[in-house]
Amino acid sequence: MRLTRLASLLLILSALTLLTLVFLAPIGWFLWASFAELGSVGDIIVETRETLGSGAVAAAILNTNLIALEVTLLVLLLGYPLAYGLSRARGVAFSLILVCIVLPYFTSVIVRTYAWMVLLGRNGLINQVLLGTGVIDAPLELLYNRIGVVIGMTYVLLPYMVLTLYAAMKAMDPRLLQAAEGMGAGPLRVFLKVFLPLTLHGVAAGVLIVFILAIGFFVTPALLGGPGDLMIAMLIEREIELTQNWPGAAMMTLVLLAVTLALYAVYSRVADVRKAFRA
Amino acid sequence: MIGPVLRATLLRVLVVLVCAGLLAPIAIVAILSFSGAPYLQFPPRSLSLHWYQRFLGDARWRSAVLNSTVIAAMTCVLSTALGFLAAYVMARGTLFGRRTLAALLLMPLIVPHVVTAVAVYFLSAKFGLIGIKPWIAVAHSVVALPIVLVILQSALETVDPNLERAAMVCGCTRFGVFRRVVVPLALPAVVSAALFSFLISFDEVVISLFLAGIRSETLPVRIWNSLMLEIEPTIAAVSTLLIALTTLALTLDWLVRRLRDQRVRAG
Repeated sequence: MRLTRLASLLLILSALTLLTLVFLAPIGWFLWASFAELGSVGDIIVETRETLGSGAVAAAILNTNLIALEVTLLVLLLGYPLAYGLSRARGVAFSLILVCIVLPYFTSVIVRTYAWMVLLGRNGLINQVLLGTGVIDAPLELLYNRIGVVIGMTYVLLPYMVLTLYAAMKAMDPRLLQAAEGMGAGPLRVFLKVFLPLTLHGVAAGVLIVFILAIGFFVTPALLGGPGDLMIAMLIEREIELTQNWPGAAMMTLVLLAVTLALYAVYSRVADVRKAFRA
Repeated sequence: MIGPVLRATLLRVLVVLVCAGLLAPIAIVAILSFSGAPYLQFPPRSLSLHWYQRFLGDARWRSAVLNSTVIAAMTCVLSTALGFLAAYVMARGTLFGRRTLAALLLMPLIVPHVVTAVAVYFLSAKFGLIGIKPWIAVAHSVVALPIVLVILQSALETVDPNLERAAMVCGCTRFGVFRRVVVPLALPAVVSAALFSFLISFDEVVISLFLAGIRSETLPVRIWNSLMLEIEPTIAAVSTLLIALTTLALTLDWLVRRLRDQRVRAG
């Protein structure tokens, strides 16, 4: 039964009202009001150039990109074999692997981050084990630095990559691999010439979604990072919580939002965003 | 060249290692929460419910649980209701720019929570809405709505529109079709959507951090504030409860799906 245009509009109006009043309008108003505080267009340009060029903001933008890149690469390296394993597994093995991916995926981000604080700390489990077995003499510095941030974010973002890659691998026609084998290609050749190229759109989608989510991360880097690992989202929070610097926060928000939406536009051409969030 | 057996073993080892890496942190926190030691020690030498007692004995932790539950319940109802209507339109409706509309409705998933949080905080500060629980639930609904939409849209697309036509032919009103045919057929998905929207709100940190104020400190915000001071083992107990809640929600979702599959096969 199809709905008429009027009925469709009326039914969806409630959701659209919520989205407009509590998402679109506040973002627009916040940006508008904060920039308006600065005065004329000329002042805004000068002020924006100053803010975005300042040491702290430039460093945060650089950090954000570097951390997001490192995390995306690590997630891909770990996620690809895991997704491949999942696509090949059957029965109990399949269910077990899926539980290992889905349970952390739906567990609170702050809980997952706390778990790594427990593991990586100076007196954390990893150091306890390594010191106890005599592998190292002094505790390793794993927490409140870049290592901690990258490990924690990789952990949080890995399920997105695995589920995206798994969908791509699952959609592949297995007869293509058999055909390549039948014509005499070795396993490495089959992988490089058939399997890998056919999963590349999945890789592109996974890399994009992980990078998009990584550049906006807040909780994990804030808890696991040190003073040198300030990311843009943390800086935005600080500008507001500590100094009430609305214009500064608005400029950084605008940059983060613009980059996110631009990447999202690219992403929507490669993949359906609904798939990345459906387990 | 490495042999096929070695290759298969290598893959298996890699998969097991990554899976262990995914599950271990959560499992270790759960085990640690039962430790009797005054600090985090693994494996725990003695077992006790000490940290749970401390958690439940603290009025501030208890009120955080209560706040989170109330807010998550409101989010669950609001986002599932609005999401259902929107999903129905997405599955059955005729609207201009459906793709644009879908992209718009899914945007809160992609836009960093900090951006949403800061913007809603700006609005809330102007209207004195900081710490108002229903308002926090409304803000949570914005980020829960896309997930509800995704779950319900795919479920409604599998419901045969002919069933609705048949009901109409048999004299059912439009509202009657909705109440007697559409909602019952989509019920398993509605339960899933309700579970996940509850969980999203219960676990949300960043938006709550800005909007909670002093009055409505939620569980994740309380954890956050506590972690800013020290990594105390009470949080292991709280975390374990949150992990248990996630496990419960996922199990229920799995059961509901299985029930639906059985019904589809039987019918």
